[in-house]
Amino acid sequence: MRFIRKTRYEQDLALFRHGGQRFWYGLLLLVLLAAPLLLDRFYLGELALVFIYAIAGVGLMLLVGYTGLVSLGHAAFLAIGAYAQAYLLVRGWPFPAALAAATLLTAAVGGLVALPAVRMTGIYLAVATLAFAVIVEHLIMNWTSVTGGFRGMAVPAATWLGMDFTGPTAFYLLCLGVLVLVLWLALNLLRSPSGRAMLAVRDSEISAESMGIHIARTKALAFALSAGFTGLAGGLFAHKIGYLAPDAFTFLISIQLLLMVVVGGLGSLHGAVFGAIFIGLLPQGLAVLRDTLPPAVAQLPGLEPGIFGLILILFLIYEPLGIYGRWIKVRAWLDAFPLYRRATHKRQKQYLRTERLQ
Amino acid sequence: MEVFQLLVSGVSQGCVYGLIALGFVLIYKATEMVNFAQGDLMMVGAFMAVTFVNVLGMPFLSGVLAALVAMAVIGVVLERLLLRPMIGEPHFAVLMLTIGLGFVLRAIAGAIWGSNPRPLETPYSGRVLEIGELVIGFESIAIVGGTLLLCGLLFGFFRFTRLGIAMQAASQNQLAAYYVGIPVKRIYSLVWALSAVIATCAGILTAPVSLVDPLMGFIGIKAFAAAIVGGFGSLPGAIIGGLVVGLAEQFAGLYLPPGFADMSAYVILLVMLVLRPQGLFATMHRKKV
Repeated sequence: MRFIRKTRYEQDLALFRHGGQRFWYGLLLLVLLAAPLLLDRFYLGELALVFIYAIAGVGLMLLVGYTGLVSLGHAAFLAIGAYAQAYLLVRGWPFPAALAAATLLTAAVGGLVALPAVRMTGIYLAVATLAFAVIVEHLIMNWTSVTGGFRGMAVPAATWLGMDFTGPTAFYLLCLGVLVLVLWLALNLLRSPSGRAMLAVRDSEISAESMGIHIARTKALAFALSAGFTGLAGGLFAHKIGYLAPDAFTFLISIQLLLMVVVGGLGSLHGAVFGAIFIGLLPQGLAVLRDTLPPAVAQLPGLEPGIFGLILILFLIYEPLGIYGRWIKVRAWLDAFPLYRRATHKRQKQYLRTERLQ
Repeated sequence: MEVFQLLVSGVSQGCVYGLIALGFVLIYKATEMVNFAQGDLMMVGAFMAVTFVNVLGMPFLSGVLAALVAMAVIGVVLERLLLRPMIGEPHFAVLMLTIGLGFVLRAIAGAIWGSNPRPLETPYSGRVLEIGELVIGFESIAIVGGTLLLCGLLFGFFRFTRLGIAMQAASQNQLAAYYVGIPVKRIYSLVWALSAVIATCAGILTAPVSLVDPLMGFIGIKAFAAAIVGGFGSLPGAIIGGLVVGLAEQFAGLYLPPGFADMSAYVILLVMLVLRPQGLFATMHRKKV
């Protein structure tokens, strides 16, 4: 266990808590920057996809993990970002301007959705976002002049000032850069009054309100930021898949995004990244699994969503804090070895009181 | 005449939504859990009936009864294995768990029964009742009649039986219910069994109209809209919400451009949530500190 002796107030606000963190994250960044020299293009592509998932994951984590609002419709924001990016590029916008506009547009839509959504809580909010996502999906199918409907639309190549982001190395570095930027923004947000207001709203709306926090404004801000980050991920995702069609943004994708933050670990940015790695690697793992299974089982149509569901159930029952929660336990075990006590992380039994008055 | 025809099909479709919504509401009322897998329970129930009636060749009524019993057992097993460890966890975790359960049920059903749609043979399939120009299928009559019967039974159960009242008590305060000697855990198992049985009724009633396949559970999401429109904790509200959604869908298909029919349930849901977040028949008021 590391105890940090704090002698200055700035230490509470520092981006890294101690020198060890600075060293390890710096090393990780160096390894990731050097990866294009070592890995071949297939793995670079997969890593770029993991980074895109992680960007969306940070967006969703701000909403679900830090503000306590559940969204079952984040695929809609991903879709809005992706289609806006493709549409603006077709209209001849330069690549960075299109990406920024797609992000801002999605954030604006998120803010609009938040207007009615801030009045709801719990399942009502989750279902409202689900309804929103379905409506967006139908709009994409039917608004053919902009989205191409079922025929879909091709995404123009990402080039700017002679730089070409279509190659695997360039696209990988682009996604890495955006992810680092997004993580830095999120870390700064969470250390600022707005971010702390979000945490307060998550933990208890009533006590947050009595501390003078404007609940509706905080929730709306969280929604807009979350949508904006997800839209940014959508803009990059459009370039990753190259051709947009409505079936790329279904309910299953919303669930996959939510699975990512739950399995990664709610309430930590590590969790968003761990979840993205998990989601990115799962299809590869399933492909390996398919080879070992008997063909009759391996060819089942619903196998992949079924395994998604099973993993989700197992995590929720046995490790609600996700991969990051497990990592904290492993670290505590290593720190205290051989004196770790099994009751250290024991979960307390809770009883639920109704919110209804009858 | 076209309007009456639409009215009939809207009411019968609405009753199906209402029945699934009834299952949502029942579980929510008793355990404060939101079961997103309700539509998939309906799908499994319909497949059970297909297995007993079509494959094993049992007479219709005893086949249906066997399906109901089998689903009650499945409901208890699901509660015992998956939902019991989640007692007291946040709503969100349970919601996610039931979404995962829905995916697993769909995969299992696909593995056992295959993904080809199958019909359910009933004694009344294909027969119609003609009133003037109006043609009403016996399937629709069965759906409406079955819904009314089930609602009456449930009303009596919650109003007059010890078990029903114990379920309501357990739903209002788990700990206080323990203190007055209600076996809350066993009650939860029974609620899941009851809810699975209602889902099976919905599945069997709708199976002659829409074929049975692993993806039929997706109408559960529309039923969810129905449950919200009716106010989430109200049994009559669930049926009325179902009727609203069912009718709106039929008439949107007639009067609005294509594509709106599928969207109408969700548009109603959003409008409802914006204008009156507590639903038509509210049971939830301000949160207590």
